Amino acid sequence: MRVLAVLGALVSHWRRQPVELVTLLVGLMVATALWSGVQALNAEAKTSYARAASVLAGDRLSSVTAPGGARIDLADFAALRRAGWDVSPILEGDIRMGTGGLRVIGIEPLTLPAEAETYQVGAGADRLQAFLEPAGLGLVSEATRLRLEGAEGLPPLATSADLPPDTMIVDIGLAERLLDAPDVISRLVIAQVPGPLPDGLAGRLEVRGPQTSGDLERLTDSFHLNLTAFGFLSFVVGLFIVYAAIGLAFEQRKPMLRTLRAIGVSARLLTAVMLAELAALALIAGLAGVTVGYAIAASLLPDVAASLRGLYGARVPGTLSLAPSWWAAGLGMSLVGALAAGGASLWRAWRLPLLATAQPQAWLGAQRRALRWQGAASILLALGALAAFVAGGGLAAGFALMGSVLIAAALALPGVLAAILAFGERRARGPLTVWAWADGRQQLSGLSLALMALLIALSVNVGVGTMVDSFRRTFIGWLDQRLASEVYLTGRDAAEAEALVAWLDARPDVTARLPIWSAQTRLGGWPAEVYGFQDHPTYRDNWPMLAVLPDGWDRVAAGEAALVSEQLARRADLAPGDALDIPTPEGVWRVTVAGIYSDYGNPAGQAMVGIDALTDRWPDVERLRFALRTDPANAQSLIGDLRAEFALEADQVIDQSAIKDFSRRIFERTFTVTIALNALTLTVAGIALFTSLLTLSNARIAQLAPLWAMGVPRRRLAFIEMGRTLMLAAFTALLALPLGLLVAWVLTAVINVEAFGWRLPIFVFPVQWAILVGLALLTAFTAALWPVIRLGRATPVTLLRSFGNER
Amino acid sequence: MLRVNCVSKSYPAAERPVLSQASLSLDAGRTLALTGESGSGKSTLLHLIAGLDAVDAGEISVGNVRVDRLDDAGRAQLRRETIGLVFQQFNLISSLDVRANLAFQARIAGRFDAAWQAELAERLGLEELLGRYPEALSGGQQQRVAIGRALAVRPALLLADEPTGNLDEASGDAVLTLMLALVRDSGSALLMVTHSERLAGLLDARAHLRGGTLA
Repeated sequence: MRVLAVLGALVSHWRRQPVELVTLLVGLMVATALWSGVQALNAEAKTSYARAASVLAGDRLSSVTAPGGARIDLADFAALRRAGWDVSPILEGDIRMGTGGLRVIGIEPLTLPAEAETYQVGAGADRLQAFLEPAGLGLVSEATRLRLEGAEGLPPLATSADLPPDTMIVDIGLAERLLDAPDVISRLVIAQVPGPLPDGLAGRLEVRGPQTSGDLERLTDSFHLNLTAFGFLSFVVGLFIVYAAIGLAFEQRKPMLRTLRAIGVSARLLTAVMLAELAALALIAGLAGVTVGYAIAASLLPDVAASLRGLYGARVPGTLSLAPSWWAAGLGMSLVGALAAGGASLWRAWRLPLLATAQPQAWLGAQRRALRWQGAASILLALGALAAFVAGGGLAAGFALMGSVLIAAALALPGVLAAILAFGERRARGPLTVWAWADGRQQLSGLSLALMALLIALSVNVGVGTMVDSFRRTFIGWLDQRLASEVYLTGRDAAEAEALVAWLDARPDVTARLPIWSAQTRLGGWPAEVYGFQDHPTYRDNWPMLAVLPDGWDRVAAGEAALVSEQLARRADLAPGDALDIPTPEGVWRVTVAGIYSDYGNPAGQAMVGIDALTDRWPDVERLRFALRTDPANAQSLIGDLRAEFALEADQVIDQSAIKDFSRRIFERTFTVTIALNALTLTVAGIALFTSLLTLSNARIAQLAPLWAMGVPRRRLAFIEMGRTLMLAAFTALLALPLGLLVAWVLTAVINVEAFGWRLPIFVFPVQWAILVGLALLTAFTAALWPVIRLGRATPVTLLRSFGNER
Repeated sequence: MLRVNCVSKSYPAAERPVLSQASLSLDAGRTLALTGESGSGKSTLLHLIAGLDAVDAGEISVGNVRVDRLDDAGRAQLRRETIGLVFQQFNLISSLDVRANLAFQARIAGRFDAAWQAELAERLGLEELLGRYPEALSGGQQQRVAIGRALAVRPALLLADEPTGNLDEASGDAVLTLMLALVRDSGSALLMVTHSERLAGLLDARAHLRGGTLA
């Protein structure tokens, strides 16, 4: 009963202050929403990777493969079986289905280890029978079945819930036909490895243990860590709102709390009821937050899925399917956030003295103490950032560096602003100007949290904006270098490729036909591609080299050396002149690193070798793709002739500008998510500023009333109020510019290098800065508008309340 | 100097008018105590005279200016240049130090006189406190700053609303004595709202409000 009475008294505050209640709920909701949204995106993608990794129990079974990504000979498979190895063959490959691809996995169900039997191939004799018949049966997920409905050339389809999207399991015989790969085995799976490989096979085959996390998960980790970092940043900025709203409610309810304590409510009961009230609000806001987060994730998922597919080849479905644990985690974050933001107020309620102190507005001393503490913490964090930069390595250290830099700068902000305002006050002449500067200094304590949030949001915007635009500019230049040829051509199969070559050789307008052939291997434990190139000025004149030995190109063309991509060089710590061991089907090939080139956006490492060296060591390499040099004005007619002659599909022959557009589109979609989160963070910072100004505006009437009484018109006071807020926002925005550049440097020189393996040059974009400063001022103007209108419209009665209780 | 003629004022939430046909006058250089029970309308009348609020009916003149006919800007100008206000709550500007607080109204009125400010600071015993902020002052010291601020503009009319209401008797007497001496020397007229018969007796005349009407 007592609890309900206390709760009723506390809740009555919100009835009288509905705007504050909405602000608190909105703050918690947006913080939870942005965090949950990002987590939903990550969870969806990771579920897809886990499905992909667990196809045929890849996370529990060992594999036997040929080195350098070569195919396994049927004779070797037979030899292994004879030696008592209980291996089962798998054939994998991709086929084109309409606008998308389909991963075909051929299995032999009768020899497949029981662990891999997770798709109910043998669920009933009829299904197994259908699977083994010549017409066959394709197992796909429900979404894939819907996509493939009516497609020609496929077997009848049945669904299996655990399969990843765009993947079909068929009998290996059917897979051979679908993939046009007779008598080919990609790998062998085995439940129990009986021992070392038999003599004679050890050189040609190798055993790989179960892969708990696939290459995909490893490659995309940094992408998801980036998303998580931005989600967390938005969460923290959202908590600034909650902190301000709870702090305001506490200040306003202080007399009520004192009264409750005075009439016998214990500090323990009072704090417990306040805690329960906070938890209830957090759950309400959390529910709304996870719902909004779901909507945000659903709207961003197509872009994320497209980025993951474009960058990593990862297949992530375009619709969300979230586990109940995600909803629970969202509510949990809302509770944790509310407690983190409201903890200080709860502590103050617990320690609240029963009698009000005689001088509640000892602002100057309190501000000096706070500034000293914040300054000391800022210096400590700056030192921590320095330590993370000097001693740390890896992506986590990169984010620790960025977090430390941002928080150190945010903590230093009030001190810097106080110094600027004190300087302004000293230099000011008119009494109202002096007052405006001095008053700004006094308001700083109340506004500093919101200004910190604004500083963080703006500097991250500047940093990310600089990185994205630097990337865009670099990437466009890089594409021009990498895609120097006018036309790119792919044959459907070896026969068509040979026919294309013969046709092209008879065309005098084709000045060069450059093969683009590559083999898959692993370098330094990571997936890597080895490209063969034909020695031609197209490469020597255009290739985006970062470093090259003087005779590097000649040595590569002679088959003695290789060029490596920047990310491979960083991962394997390679420099020009170093030796590199490349696993090939013909054994390990040791080459000299002749140079390093930039290869933006490619998660896998890459090495370039002479075309003859490639075909010598990978005799089975696919020889389907070519780059063609011709007069640019002739490109379209050449494409037209090729299509007419060979009935080529649209994506088999493509001109330079189309492929550049495609590449640019992938990267724009990649950054869509980042830019959206950035904009949301700035919006959240705007709400934080609005909340703080609203908080202050309640106390402002008492501070401004004496000036009004002395003859300063309300309109002028409102003008000064607005000017002061804009001035603080402008100073914050100006300070955010150098900080943003520092963030851009950390992103490009530390985090990008750690995450993706390549480093970008930084370009500055002053127009972008001007827009952001303008945006900050607009945010501040919008946030200050309502409190200023309230002041402008305050009735004399409201203002007169400051002068006494009597009429 | 001050003429109040048949002034009435009501507030929407109040059951009856706060002021009803109230009239009084005060000549230049004279002092008048306005007394009455709590809720009798003393502060309301003072606020109407200062142009802090608008009358429902009646006339108020300060010098040759009809306050009841002024718009918001005109009333602000009147307060800036002609009227000094001293409140029970002191109402100092907490972000400014004592020196800036003392000079504030005189400066915004364009009437700052350094010699007069120095004299006020000396006579009010504030010389040692000029660099301090209001939060570091006692109640008596804060009220002396408020009086100094109001007089620094050399107002024709000083309005004081329970200026010693927040002070103990000794401090209150000291502050009031100082204020009266300064008012007389500056030639201002003083209208002071007070509950205290004793303090009212120190002024030249008194008017008593009962139920919104001057007796």
